Amino acid sequence: MSAPAQQFKHDAERLTRDLRHRSLIQTSLKKYEAARDAKKSRYRDWQSARQTAAEIKWDAINHLDTYLEEFVSKLEDRGSRVHWASTSEQARQIILGIIREKNARSIIKSKVMTGEEIHLNEALEKAGLTVVESDFGEYIVQLRHEAPYHFVFPAMHLVREEISELFQERLGSKPTNDPEELMMIARQVLRDKYITADVGITGANFAIAETGMISITENEGNARLTCALPKVHIALMGIEKVIPKLEDLALFLPMLATAGAGQALTCYNSLYSGPRQPGETDGPEEFHLVLLDNKRTHLLADAEQRDALHCIRCGACLNVCPIYRNVGGHTYGTTYQGPIGSVITPYLRGLQSWKHLSYASSLCGACTEACPVKIDLHHHLLQSRRNATAQRPIWWERFAFKGFAFVMNRPVLIGLATRLARVGQKFHPLINGTRLDPARAWTRSRELPSVSKQTFKEFWKSRTK
Amino acid sequence: MRVTLFIPCFVDMFYPRVGVSIVQILERLGHHIDYPEELTCCGQPAFNCGYWDETRPIAERVLNRLKDAEVVVIASGSCGAMIKKFYPELFAKTPHARSALELAARCYEFSDFLVTKLGVTELGARFPHRVTFHDGCHGLRELGNKKQPRALLAKVQGLELVEMGEAETCCGFGGTFAAKFPMISTAMGEVKCASALETGAEYTVSNDASCNMHIQGLADRQRKPLRTIHLAEVLNSR
Repeated sequence: MSAPAQQFKHDAERLTRDLRHRSLIQTSLKKYEAARDAKKSRYRDWQSARQTAAEIKWDAINHLDTYLEEFVSKLEDRGSRVHWASTSEQARQIILGIIREKNARSIIKSKVMTGEEIHLNEALEKAGLTVVESDFGEYIVQLRHEAPYHFVFPAMHLVREEISELFQERLGSKPTNDPEELMMIARQVLRDKYITADVGITGANFAIAETGMISITENEGNARLTCALPKVHIALMGIEKVIPKLEDLALFLPMLATAGAGQALTCYNSLYSGPRQPGETDGPEEFHLVLLDNKRTHLLADAEQRDALHCIRCGACLNVCPIYRNVGGHTYGTTYQGPIGSVITPYLRGLQSWKHLSYASSLCGACTEACPVKIDLHHHLLQSRRNATAQRPIWWERFAFKGFAFVMNRPVLIGLATRLARVGQKFHPLINGTRLDPARAWTRSRELPSVSKQTFKEFWKSRTK
Repeated sequence: MRVTLFIPCFVDMFYPRVGVSIVQILERLGHHIDYPEELTCCGQPAFNCGYWDETRPIAERVLNRLKDAEVVVIASGSCGAMIKKFYPELFAKTPHARSALELAARCYEFSDFLVTKLGVTELGARFPHRVTFHDGCHGLRELGNKKQPRALLAKVQGLELVEMGEAETCCGFGGTFAAKFPMISTAMGEVKCASALETGAEYTVSNDASCNMHIQGLADRQRKPLRTIHLAEVLNSR
């Protein structure tokens, strides 16, 4: 078993036993569900909105080369500097290079998951820079030296009391359980950081090819300050974020808000098209855009699962996933948790090390049903299982399934197996659920059904006699 | 109509009454039942584990044996999804591609067969109990059978249906998933059991015996007063 698989099993074992954790996550995601359904009902036809979104994304991903070139040339026309990074190492070096060139010391960041993906904070801190996360949730997990728990709600695993304790300990604030007061504590610290930061780093929710703009969605106004106050703005985004037209946002912005957070529209939606232009009074002096591949092209090369690049990172699939709801976000050990993470991580970080995520699913399909851009998530998990075993089968499993097929195609053997099971179950109570029990994986927590006195086959035979 | 029955392995061995109920219901409606005894398995365990090459011999046998069947009724949403939805995928670009698609079009999960194919909901059943319904994921999302079982339950005399909050949430079975990740599977089952018990229903009804096997197995171990029953058994009660 790979190290990530071992870690996943270990953490899943621990967290599924943590009833407080399970109830916390399930309660907050049920609230999300109710809000989402209320907002979905405001669409005339949610299903055709999904279909349209999927088609736009399909077009964008299948013509990525032309849309990216269009996007980049429009941006460069207004004086932005665009950098192409094939790997996370290249992306880190590009960003460090820009920072060094400006002799910058302090960095403010708004929420950027591609930054998590390339471990940007570690690299910046190692280079002696000060990095502060400005999104409230991200700021909390940064203070806790933790990875985001959910790529949309980074601190959803924490309750107010825990945040208050953290702030008392790290910021010397007074105890309070009032969410607004907690926000104000963070805001006071952060306001200063915006003003003194030399560089602001953001992500991008969408990149519009037609106009050469990036679109950033947020609820706290922190991304606006991150873009507007420092002299240099660096945006880091995956190459799959591009959409063809500005008017596409009319669909994607509300959809992202509804599917992701149960909102009609996120509070702030901003478009950025480059550095301050002559005659303008504000905006950064320099605007850099780093386009990250980091093996997204591996996924692009697989026509079967390519639609996973449609993802707008709304997190809807995590929110409805019964696996996520029971094991939580940190258990995955990935930048992108939940079903979408289980689909793309094998492409981004290696199939054999991450295939366990595709098996850690009951294939219930709640994710696919929730996905606003119609990614065939749970079928991709099934396909990844096929790809993983075709590439490197587990010898005993293959042997077992060959045996299984052999038995299942021979009615005499099935009859024999039924009789053996009948005998076996007489003695089974002696070992039920113990280490000697061959069915222990099941019987540790569940009872086995008993073999019927008369199977259906036996019933049928008795009837036709 | 000549109806060919597909009885999955776990129904044959553990829940024969599901099959017996289906036979009795369909015969009362005047249909002739064929049961190919040599078919037991659709191959789903191997398929879901990623061993598609190992699955094909099992599935080919099913294809061949059911090639001349007028209609096939499957006593499980999960096996139904395997044959209707995944056989065409399994056999895509093989010489069997066409027959897989043809078979898919002639296959019905039991409740879907009654409601969609036969247009029957009134079966003269009587089941004077308060029940809640669990939607098996494969039946619900792969086959789209949300309304069919409810339309049938609505016509059962004396039956009161109370929907649970987590009706559409997976029970945690997921085939080999239940053995590969027993801790997650069990936690999911606990969520399902709690939601079913919350309704105060005497029975949790499902059209998938494999979900019932998981829910009941967990409830029994935890000594929860939860009783599962298959939809066909409810519809065959009088």
